Amino acid sequence: MGNKITVKNLNFFYGKDQALFDISLKIPEREVMAFVGPSGCGKSTFLRVLNRMNDTIPYARIEGEVKIDGKDIYKAKTDVVALRRKVGMVFQKSNPFPKSIFDNVAYGIRINRMHSSKKDLAERVEKALKDAALWEEVKDRLPTSAFGLSGGQQQRLCIARALAVQPEVILMDEPASALDPIATQKIEELVVELKKKYTIVIVTHNMQQAARISDRTAFFMLGKLIEVNPTEKMFTNPDDKLTEDYITGRFG
Amino acid sequence: METRIIDRKLDILRDKLLLLGGTTEKALYLSMRSLTERDSDLARKVIKDDKVINKMEVEIDQMSVEILALQQPAAHDLRFVISVAKITPVLERIADHAANIAEAAIVLNNEPEITQYSELPKMAEVAGEMLQTALDAFTSEDSELSRSVIRRDRDIDDAYNRIFDKLIRLMIDNPPLTTGAAHLLFVAKHLERIGDYVKDICELNVYLIEAAFIKHKKKI
Ligand SMILES: Nc1ncnc2c1ncn2[C@@H]1O[C@H](COP(=O)(O)OP(=O)(O)O)[C@@H](O)[C@H]1O
Ligand SMILES: [Mg+2]
Repeated sequence: MGNKITVKNLNFFYGKDQALFDISLKIPEREVMAFVGPSGCGKSTFLRVLNRMNDTIPYARIEGEVKIDGKDIYKAKTDVVALRRKVGMVFQKSNPFPKSIFDNVAYGIRINRMHSSKKDLAERVEKALKDAALWEEVKDRLPTSAFGLSGGQQQRLCIARALAVQPEVILMDEPASALDPIATQKIEELVVELKKKYTIVIVTHNMQQAARISDRTAFFMLGKLIEVNPTEKMFTNPDDKLTEDYITGRFG
Repeated sequence: METRIIDRKLDILRDKLLLLGGTTEKALYLSMRSLTERDSDLARKVIKDDKVINKMEVEIDQMSVEILALQQPAAHDLRFVISVAKITPVLERIADHAANIAEAAIVLNNEPEITQYSELPKMAEVAGEMLQTALDAFTSEDSELSRSVIRRDRDIDDAYNRIFDKLIRLMIDNPPLTTGAAHLLFVAKHLERIGDYVKDICELNVYLIEAAFIKHKKKI
């Protein structure tokens, strides 16, 4: 399969502070890539680079090239709204809107005017909830508040919301770090299921989670990409001593 | 760098494996002595001590599983635990062969002595040396040394073939010695198998050190 995302010689600055150094990385289509590394090494920054979420920070500056499907997303004429629809994002803290379950999922569909009728809207919502493995649990309470859901359900609702606008890439920033083991397992199963249709990039602090669900793992340290390899290789025989030391807990 | 919890566990696991290795080496050495010195008491002691080795095997198994489940080792740590878990039953089987040699010694000690088998102790010596070197190579994580041991297995196979021919001729020429010769043949076969097992250990050493699977490969 081809590469969905190609990053070349990327440097990223918050004002005078450089957060990412000369990163080149290819993310294959319909695979799960995990980003691991110590806190503050730039994983979230890099994730946000991939759908231009950093644009909202006035003092942020970027150098280098980020291509999705062969197109440079930092070109001036890029439609950022369309880009963010194509490259969806799920955050660590589930952040449902103070609306009903249905309206949360319908939100993106409505603002993007993707539906042709009320019925079409309902079908799209149902499909997104099904893809997020949440439908069975909420189908009888769609009009009730999203805040009535458990933490794990809220997180899957946010995934459903991301899926509703038919993205191609899903970025997840520690999506299970605040969840209990059962809810975590559900998210992990969901991620593995979703990669059949989507390219997924997931930041996680849980090494075993990266090992369980990702096809490739990228290890970052101090804003540098130290190593990227198939996950199986990374966890049995990493190329770089720094990777070995990190994944075996030799430094914190 | 502070020591990790897993380091202590891995140290204990290594010590346990080396103890098992040393005990296995000793069993092989003593089983051959019980044969060459016609000492059936010593042979019986080797057979009895095999139980201790079985117990060691179970302990290492349990500890390996525990480390895998609770420490979730990765990279070199993971390969270390896997290697130990796979070397352990190989050592246990070598010890079984030593016990079988001791059993043959008991039979042989009640038969007329056969003196024309001088190559057998030499073969045992090579097997013992190979085992010792394999364990040294494990400890020092020396893959070149491991590979040199793998290549030596051919010497054991050659010795087995020569001894086989000699003993068959002896049985034909000297029928009263048939029982004894047959048991010596068993001993030679046990030593030949031990050579193969030592080779397995060395292949696991190479996996530990290089993460390379060389088993069943022509080129090592
Ligand atoms: N909005 C921001 N403004 C300034 N510096 C930031 C901002 N966000 C992150 N940083 C800095 O950039 C570096 C990388 O942070 P981040 O990408 O959040 O790392 P990670 O996700 O790996 O923990 C850190 O030094 C952090 O303090
Ligand atoms: Mg982060």
